[in-house]
Amino acid sequence: MSKALLSANALTCIREDRILFDQLSFDILPGDLIQIEGPNGAGKTSLLRILAGLSRPYDGCVEYAGKNIERDREGYYENLLYIGHLAGVKGELTAQENLDFNLQMHGDHCDNIEAALSEVKLTGFEDALASHLSAGQNRRIALARLWQSEVKVWILDEPFTAIDKAGVSELETLFVQHIDNGGTVIFTSHQDLQIGAQRLKRITLDYNFY
Amino acid sequence: MTHSISYWKTFSNVLRRDLKVAVRNKGDIFNPLVFFVIVITLFPLGIGSDSQVLTRIAPGIIWVAALLSALLSLERLFKNDYNDGSLEQMLLSPQPLFIMVFAKVLAHWVLTGIPIIIIAPLLAVLLHLEEAAYGALIITLLLGTPILSLIGAVGVALTVGIKKGGVLLSLLVLPLYIPVLIFATGAIEAAALAMPYAGHLAIIAALLTGAITLTPFAIGAALRVSTN
Amino acid sequence: MWKWLHPYAKPERSYELASTLLPWFAVSSVITLLIGTIWGLAFAPVDYQQGESYRIIFIHVPAATLAMSTYMAMATAAFVGMVWQLKLSDAAAAAMAPVGAVLTAIALITGSAWGKPMWGTWWIWDARLTTELILLFIYIGIIALHNSFEDKVLAGRAAGILTLVGVINIPIIKYSVEWWNTLHQGATISKLDKPSMPTEMLIPLLINILGFALMIGALTLIRFRNEIIDRNSMRPWVRELVAQESK
Repeated sequence: MSKALLSANALTCIREDRILFDQLSFDILPGDLIQIEGPNGAGKTSLLRILAGLSRPYDGCVEYAGKNIERDREGYYENLLYIGHLAGVKGELTAQENLDFNLQMHGDHCDNIEAALSEVKLTGFEDALASHLSAGQNRRIALARLWQSEVKVWILDEPFTAIDKAGVSELETLFVQHIDNGGTVIFTSHQDLQIGAQRLKRITLDYNFY
Repeated sequence: MTHSISYWKTFSNVLRRDLKVAVRNKGDIFNPLVFFVIVITLFPLGIGSDSQVLTRIAPGIIWVAALLSALLSLERLFKNDYNDGSLEQMLLSPQPLFIMVFAKVLAHWVLTGIPIIIIAPLLAVLLHLEEAAYGALIITLLLGTPILSLIGAVGVALTVGIKKGGVLLSLLVLPLYIPVLIFATGAIEAAALAMPYAGHLAIIAALLTGAITLTPFAIGAALRVSTN
Repeated sequence: MWKWLHPYAKPERSYELASTLLPWFAVSSVITLLIGTIWGLAFAPVDYQQGESYRIIFIHVPAATLAMSTYMAMATAAFVGMVWQLKLSDAAAAAMAPVGAVLTAIALITGSAWGKPMWGTWWIWDARLTTELILLFIYIGIIALHNSFEDKVLAGRAAGILTLVGVINIPIIKYSVEWWNTLHQGATISKLDKPSMPTEMLIPLLINILGFALMIGALTLIRFRNEIIDRNSMRPWVRELVAQESK
């Protein structure tokens, strides 16, 4: 087997009678920083959700370390961090409770939640209910997991949405650190990366008419 | 590598979170309960206050009202989690899904089943239930309402991604509630006639055991379809 | 077996197979139904207790028996679809649901029509009729769930899960309704005790059961073909098919 971390084998995705992509295959190696590009409706989110195992492709399969992710979900999810359009932050819980719960459920270790929140500039908001915080701050609660995470594969759908400029460049630095450590980041974004742009690989999806 | 946490820790984490969310959202607990009370008071108004008639139909009324109020409260079980993305994150957790699902259903039962069990004897007074039947009423509710939550959860898990899933949910779930309804009201009626009803309870307990073992897997599979 | 089945996992092969089988099922069901029904209605002897009205069993009994069998077939297809992730198996289950629902409705209507001369009322809470009514509710639930998903593949998977939940529940429901019935009504008149049905009645009945089964097969095949076309409407082979048909 190749040393690919994650590989897509002949993925076909059909949404409401439209073929988004057909027989799509690629390998993702450790140290890859991958941006998935394409116009709206081309299937970027669908592809990410298939890679994360949330959606089942119409045909084909995704393998993590040579194993079909549907066969070995546990093994894959111990090494995956996915943050989608929806942040997965509960409005009824405080920032601290949200982060604590999210970290624990994904088996991430954290002794100091307050320090983790200060990484994403949420110091002073630890005990505020997430529903009282702004969209950007909610996003930051979700993204705070990245700083604590020791997993290999990051799949991020539009991670920069609602994040300010300083926050974006901190995230970009973090991405580069992560790939330097042998991890991989797969993300979608309509913005161009400033940091790490030279190491970026792209997968471009076209809008197909069939 | 990540640090796995124990099954028990997973279970208690999810349970505690759901209880906390519900306590901060009090309407979720009280509305189904108020519904339960109102439905029960409607029956004497519709049928007449003849106490003999009410005594005869009291077990059925209480149980049908319990079914309907369980149905009403079911949607909150996964809907909010679906809308804010926590459900996705739950499915992506390396912890076993059925444990998390079971914790969520238990939280739902604690929040909606237990209040009904507590208030049911009071409403039974309004319906002139035979005195001998109170014990059976409480025990059947205790054994039966968790089944309602478990089977209902399968229905919610299937419909959570559908925009107008509410009516559909009742269509899917209510026929499956029939055995519980039959045996629970049968037990209460038997108790009212001072007949033994341990057999009925054993059947309800068997249904509960079956539901506990099988439904978490169905719920898990259904959630994976709904979040697709 | 798996190797043999594998080509049929391809939709176009399944479509061809269904098209080949369809005429056989259709023709043989029409023939058997004609024989069975004419025999049953015109030539079978009159029942000494119920007179002519018993003849509704030649419709009622096949519909009632096969309504449950269709559910079992549907559950089997759903199970295969779930375990081996065969999308076509889900499609087959989806094709059967409305057929089964209509059969159940026929069984209910003929059952209550039969009840009128027998019991003097259109509806009686007889255990068998009640179970059929609940079965109809479950069928309707499955169809409604299937229709409320826009994505056909997801619809098939969701309906499959519900079908399997139902298959565990139906025996429990059947048993509990029978128990409830004996509790609340004492001994009811059981229509189908058939201590000894004369052979002259039994043979046309069996022929009609076979005819109904073949008809269900034919209807399922038609609906199965439609499901395949519906799920693959963007595929080139479907377009070719349409082009051929419209010539």
